[in-house]
Amino acid sequence: MAAPIGNVVIPGDSFSLMQLKTPDEHKKILLGPGLKEEDTEIKVLRPGILRYRKPGVYWVDCHHKRYVPSKGDSVVGIVNQKVGDMFRVDIGSSEQASLSYLSFEGATKRNRPDVKVGDIVYAKLLVANKDMEPEIVCIDSYGRSSGMGVVRNGGFLFHTSLNLARKLLNPQCVLLKSLGNRFQFEISVGVNGRVWVKAGNDIQTIALVNTVIASEFKDNDQIKEMCKRISKAVSRMEVD
Amino acid sequence: MRETPLSNCEREFILKNISQQRRLDGRNAYDYRDLRIAFGVSLGCCHVELGKTRVLAQVSCEVGEPKQTRPHDGVLYVNVELSPMACPSFEQGRQSEEGIELSRLMERCLKESRCLDMESLCIVSGEKAWHVRVDIHVLNHEGNILDCASIAAISALAHFRRPDVSVNGEEITIHTLEERNPVPLSLHHMPLLVSFTFFSQGKYMLVDPSSKEEKVMEGKMVVGMNKHRELCTLQVTGQMLLLKDQVLRCSSIALTKVTKITELIHQALDNDKQARSKGEKHGFAVLVSGDKVTANRLPKIEVNVEKFEDSDEMDEGQSCSDDADAQNGIEELEMQTEAAPRESAVEILTKGVGVIGEGGASTWLDIPQENTKQQAAKKRRYKSVAMEEGIGS
Repeated sequence: MAAPIGNVVIPGDSFSLMQLKTPDEHKKILLGPGLKEEDTEIKVLRPGILRYRKPGVYWVDCHHKRYVPSKGDSVVGIVNQKVGDMFRVDIGSSEQASLSYLSFEGATKRNRPDVKVGDIVYAKLLVANKDMEPEIVCIDSYGRSSGMGVVRNGGFLFHTSLNLARKLLNPQCVLLKSLGNRFQFEISVGVNGRVWVKAGNDIQTIALVNTVIASEFKDNDQIKEMCKRISKAVSRMEVD
Repeated sequence: MRETPLSNCEREFILKNISQQRRLDGRNAYDYRDLRIAFGVSLGCCHVELGKTRVLAQVSCEVGEPKQTRPHDGVLYVNVELSPMACPSFEQGRQSEEGIELSRLMERCLKESRCLDMESLCIVSGEKAWHVRVDIHVLNHEGNILDCASIAAISALAHFRRPDVSVNGEEITIHTLEERNPVPLSLHHMPLLVSFTFFSQGKYMLVDPSSKEEKVMEGKMVVGMNKHRELCTLQVTGQMLLLKDQVLRCSSIALTKVTKITELIHQALDNDKQARSKGEKHGFAVLVSGDKVTANRLPKIEVNVEKFEDSDEMDEGQSCSDDADAQNGIEELEMQTEAAPRESAVEILTKGVGVIGEGGASTWLDIPQENTKQQAAKKRRYKSVAMEEGIGS
């Protein structure tokens, strides 16, 4: 029996290595979150759906709320404190991340970036180690901002589950596409489950926030239907 | 664990919208969230959900000595537990300032309103009396714990039955539940707490604040009242000045809320009593019924969008009318993840007390892949639930 890819697995389920291997042998297998190798077996640690991606990546996709930092993740954080030449940023992990004031585009010792406590930053994880404090940066390796930095000018920040955030980040995400057909808005989604949205006016922003939250347990058809109804209702509210 | 800080943009957005009479969840300023009251199988166990805030209250009793200053009275203890389960920022063991304020207010609401007849708890004057204890556990904190806890506490007290006692000369017999029917506590009235939050120097006022609104509020006023218009508690915290009119307005709003909630509590108590006497299933088991594996669900957000709805969608609009006409049982809206497709033929053979996974063989692992198309078609047939109306009105 092949491994039940796309189906539900439960903690305690186990597969042999042979079950996971694709027909062409000798390939390496990478076990992602929720799976663990134990002797010759592979054990499931989380309840969720078993996923597979070529060439040999397996992981368990499940409902999750607590963020565990991993290197290279794009996250949305809230600046919590200024300590010397560092900012402490809450990214939802067990420890606060540190952000140097030099890791902004165009920042020098003279030219400090304008960041206040309570600001929202969109940043990338540079260091994520289980024994160390995570460190985030707002520049890429070329020293450019590439979309990262402080998020300003209104909008609203809300928290979702991590799998919903991942769903939104999928390029084929139906929700964002069908919302984009009807509204003009800016959105930044961090894999830590924080989402910032800003639409033309506050009514639209509130509608978008609630739509995203409500879409969590809906399938694509339901999402399309919902977006249609929302845009209708919002346009009428704006007329009033 | 450290509390998630509130960002400036959230603060500004919430305050701006409050000043334009808009709330994030689409409620009006004086609306309560969806309220659900449920009782456990054991007597005096009450679970209250106010939106996503959840509180469990349990009443227990034991025989002990009365206080020396009041030899003819029983004793009532009130204890509020804020565990990290409710909110990660609550610490285990140590009571925070918020926790102390909460339990003091609850104590004042229940004890000093004299809602419970203490003399009826006395068995032998100066020697034996009932000690009644109300334990309030906050299970989830999404704002306005206080109102939720007061509803849970008073409902639990009304639901509780203590063992019957007979005194024969020197001899005291406590009858077991089998020997004699347990007796209810004598409640004179039902004091409930209603909290009002104020913004912009008391200019704007909201009822039943959510946790984010509580973080940006300037001050809070708690009004304890029963349905007979008797004021039991009043507390104002925060830095703001309140006008006399504002206080009077609060008390009149509190009265309407309290009457509504008291009615709801009585209705829930009646339902429970009927279910018990008929031998139907009762307790929290009813909440997990529905004959399906309940994976995840989002509660329905009820917003009055009647005036915006098309005529063909009118039936939906009417169902979203009143804030507090929640039913006692949980109205199931099954929003299942794709992980557990509802077509996976988990067959429940007997309609018993709803235990998840009861009856039928598990067919979780060998769902045939060909079925996915049929499933999609089937899913469409399910009535899509009106959850999307979460827009400020």
